[in-house]
Amino acid sequence: MTNSPMVSAVEIHKSFGSNEVLKGINLEVNKGEVLCLIGPSGSGKSTFLRCINHLEKIDSGRLSVDGAIIGYREHNGKLYELKPSEAAKQRSGIGMVFQRFNLFPHMTALDNVTSGMIRVQSIDKDTATKEGMALLDRVGLSEKANHYPAHLSGGQQQRVAIARALAMKPKLMLFDEPTSALDPELVGEVLDVMKGLAQSGMTMLVVTHEMGFAKEVADSVIFMDNGVVVESGKPSDVLNNPQHERTKNFLSKVI
Amino acid sequence: MAQPAKTSIKAVPLRHPFRWAAALYFVVLAAAFLLDAFHRSAYDWKSFRKYIFEARVFKAAGVTLSLTIISMFLAILLGIVLAVMRRSPNPVFRNVSWVFIWIFRGTPVYVQLVFWGLLSTIYHSFFIGIPDIHFGHFYLGVHFPISQTASLYWLAIIGLSLNEAAYMAEIVRAGLLSVDTGQEEAAESLGMSWWTTMRFIVIPQAMRIIIPPTGNEIISMLKTTSLVTAVPLVTDLYARTRNISDEIYNPIPLLMVACTWYLFFTTILMFVQYFVEKRFARGHSPLSGVQS
Repeated sequence: MTNSPMVSAVEIHKSFGSNEVLKGINLEVNKGEVLCLIGPSGSGKSTFLRCINHLEKIDSGRLSVDGAIIGYREHNGKLYELKPSEAAKQRSGIGMVFQRFNLFPHMTALDNVTSGMIRVQSIDKDTATKEGMALLDRVGLSEKANHYPAHLSGGQQQRVAIARALAMKPKLMLFDEPTSALDPELVGEVLDVMKGLAQSGMTMLVVTHEMGFAKEVADSVIFMDNGVVVESGKPSDVLNNPQHERTKNFLSKVI
Repeated sequence: MAQPAKTSIKAVPLRHPFRWAAALYFVVLAAAFLLDAFHRSAYDWKSFRKYIFEARVFKAAGVTLSLTIISMFLAILLGIVLAVMRRSPNPVFRNVSWVFIWIFRGTPVYVQLVFWGLLSTIYHSFFIGIPDIHFGHFYLGVHFPISQTASLYWLAIIGLSLNEAAYMAEIVRAGLLSVDTGQEEAAESLGMSWWTTMRFIVIPQAMRIIIPPTGNEIISMLKTTSLVTAVPLVTDLYARTRNISDEIYNPIPLLMVACTWYLFFTTILMFVQYFVEKRFARGHSPLSGVQS
């Protein structure tokens, strides 16, 4: 299975009521690849990301991560819905970073990072603390280990959130507009951590408006609009030489 | 040009003569009331002094306090269970919880207490197991007889706690709703189960919202225990002091005794609430920014 793609999406459809948000998404992300999803708000890129983590259920299509279908188990050509415990196990291998950080406010930075290790992987507290400190060091925040989220800047909170997701040793990391809620001067420190992560070989799907990051770090870029993939390819092609009118239009507004 | 010196402002502060006048007025009023009460024979201060620490009153105050603490403890536990059930993905749990709250919040606590007192008249035994299936004399279950003399104390606790649980469930539910949905999503994406998410992420954050109204409910429960006479349990503070006042043909000093004890307990509870609120404000108050 080593050559199978990390993420494979075939004809993904998703509606909220009568509003069809995803109208047949097809894409593949190979292992170690960084894919940036760009597009106007409401284009369905965040929804697609949430489907990969099973925070939203898809209506039709086939979505799999590392060869395993998300939310279902296939047996003799038939799909069976996963039990909550199986779905949780599947999720724990996929890290997610949210726009608004979603750190646990009643826990210190270190407790946030170790919470998954202790409560999900049942790792003992000492080992978890040691690994948690190493992860905080990796995002440059070891001296803030005992601070509560309310006393960290937005950039620091998001870096803790990245460390928290990495603590589960995920094979795939999903970033849902990780810098959109940050003050401009704090965006850089988060992007630097993400760059380091990409260089270490992590497979990443990043919904972002940071075109500079996409150009520099992404292996491929997908432009989504109105629930469909309009254009995809190398960042240099999509961002510098867009073929579609809608892509040109969007890029002229954000760059 | 004069150098603007860095001295603090010297000015005549704004006077508030009416505040002083109003304060004086109420002090005089209170003094007049107390002076009058002190000499008024109907209050019978001699009896008040005699009974305030009398053994029977002291014991009755203990009964009232233990009824409050045990009933509230059970009500909080059951309230959390009911509120979590209301949010469960399982529709059976959701509906059971709804029906419980509907019945126990929808009927007066006094009437419920009368019902619990009549339990042994309605049901003669309590059976856990599968009814109607037996092999000779062997039943698949256990019978517990409800004796005519079932402990009135425990019936009162059951009555008070089940009624209160319905209110606590709504308070806990409001607390759970106050927690941002992003918290659940973050916990889920770490692979936490629904129960782990509730136990370690949602409920601890909801506590900050749950505690102030819970303190209110405990104080309210302290006073609701005076209704246990409906069961009829007559060992609590109110029933006992009324009972004693029948002996001395004057209800007033014993009412004062009861009120003094209720007020004493309430005051202690208010102090306790203050410290518990501080404990659960972690991560919110500026003083708790760094874990010591």
